[in-house]
Amino acid sequence: MDTRAASAILVRDAIRRGDLTAEAVVSDALARIAEANPRLNAFITVDADRALTAARARDRQPRKDGALHGVPIAIKDTICVRGMRTTAGSRILGDYRPPYDATVIERLEAAGAVVIGKTNCDEFAMGSSTEHSAFSPARNPWDETRTPGGSSGGSAVSVAAGLTPIALGSDTGGSVRQPAALCGVVGARPTYGRVSRYGLIAFASSLDQIGPFGRTVADTALVQDVIGGPDPHDATCTATASESCISGLDAGVRGLRIGVPRRLLEEGVERGVLASFESSVQALAAQGAEIDTIDLPHSRYAIPVYYLVATAEASSNLARYDGVRYGLRAAGASTVGEMYARTRSAGFGAEVKRRLMLGTYALSAGYYDAFYVKAQQVRTLIRKDFERALEHRHAVAVPTSPTPAFRLGERTADPLQMYLSDVFTVGPSLAGLPSISVPIESLPAPGGTGEGRLPIGLQLTGRAWDDATVYRIAAALERAQPRADPV
Amino acid sequence: MASRLTTDEVAHIAELARLDLSPAEREMFAQQLTDILAYAATVQQADTASVADAATAEPRNARLRESSGGHAGTSERRNPGGPELWRHDTPVPGLARDEVLAEAPDGVRDAGLFRVPKVL
Repeated sequence: MDTRAASAILVRDAIRRGDLTAEAVVSDALARIAEANPRLNAFITVDADRALTAARARDRQPRKDGALHGVPIAIKDTICVRGMRTTAGSRILGDYRPPYDATVIERLEAAGAVVIGKTNCDEFAMGSSTEHSAFSPARNPWDETRTPGGSSGGSAVSVAAGLTPIALGSDTGGSVRQPAALCGVVGARPTYGRVSRYGLIAFASSLDQIGPFGRTVADTALVQDVIGGPDPHDATCTATASESCISGLDAGVRGLRIGVPRRLLEEGVERGVLASFESSVQALAAQGAEIDTIDLPHSRYAIPVYYLVATAEASSNLARYDGVRYGLRAAGASTVGEMYARTRSAGFGAEVKRRLMLGTYALSAGYYDAFYVKAQQVRTLIRKDFERALEHRHAVAVPTSPTPAFRLGERTADPLQMYLSDVFTVGPSLAGLPSISVPIESLPAPGGTGEGRLPIGLQLTGRAWDDATVYRIAAALERAQPRADPV
Repeated sequence: MASRLTTDEVAHIAELARLDLSPAEREMFAQQLTDILAYAATVQQADTASVADAATAEPRNARLRESSGGHAGTSERRNPGGPELWRHDTPVPGLARDEVLAEAPDGVRDAGLFRVPKVL
């Protein structure tokens, strides 16, 4: 079996049958990573000894019934794995090794998965291209002169390049869905509150969600089922009886209603992206879905709202990086205040500083009402737009990103231009809704080192807690596309 | 909101955020923050009269506050028609202290303290 192209489910089943050992699968993954990582820079940390030890332990287990038994998985470096260096893509954590596992890690390991390493990301998840990583950008395997998107770029690359079949990322304003689209893989953001954030290094607490990547909808759904569920460690994770995401995948879309906010697509979306999107919508209609046009009247406020709310929350969450308890401490400070400022100035990159100041400003005396409170109110309007649209429909469909993967360096000079990459992904985040990106017909690309094509994605957003229906529609869309092999 | 942030204003925000900026950084951020804030300020054009008291992430939180009636709950309280909102107040072990202190830039294991430069 070519474990590079095989899905997580196929690999797991082969291990259960005895056709493969977990050790062989993990060794293969490590070898592929060793070959590709110098070019793609998907991983910041790979712990081969730990992974092989875990794999051998899986092979010794008499019962191999874990849902992900023996399957290697890559973990975004904003998620804590006990004893494994965790950087959040930043210098400020130094050589920090968490003294605890994130809840999602405990659940993955209990299901038999093997953590291979920590993937590259924009610093503290702030970015849309992985270019704001303190460890150099990751590269898109479809064209190594282009970004893989972000902030979970490394995880998207790991799956797209066949290094691991599955990965975890985190999504605040689109950081799982957008890199998934730009790398031609499936990426999902669960309903807010469905997956525990305990052990996820916080960026914006009312928006952050850990989400899975896979090359197939089924693999992605399976990972979400494994990691999700109530957690006493996270007071916002209250998933009451949530339907399994994988169990209804083959039910089809006959009779399901999908809305498209056509007005939003009139400007700013590349022609090829729009054409591929439309043809995918037709494919869903051909399978029996009822498609109509909807309006999301407050969409134009989504990015400004996001960059006020998320940065405000970040300014509070990142106050803890002060040189006291972990990570970097700048030398030579004679007072604790000096230590804070020197540590943070030395340890944070420019994008983080920019967002911290934006957030601080939005919360500061004299501006709090006009910026932060107003943004939260407009957020409610955005959420109500979605609720209204979804009252009589099962999903809203848009292209995940207005363009395919852009070139490294293309958007870094203008922060605002980079923020506009998120135009379709931030709305569902603000509304707390489940949202998934599925690869659709790729576009021909000029030059590049890949196969001469650039992937794009279609984003489906559903009702709160109805992740299962979103996956079901995604699976139908997948059936209408050619198979997505690793690049 | 339309006028450019001065480098003094940027220095003030940086101080609030506990960041030391060089003069060059202050210039750069003044321009960038001005542009971003001008764009962000478009939220003021939205009519929020209907949502004046809505400033939470999701409606569930509002239901939480309503049904608990603001009581500091006993562990046995169960809200009518809703999920149990209060957990039992049972102490459980926290993180292993030595493991935590091992990650500190200047941890004092015997005393279980993080040592820092003087506060004042």
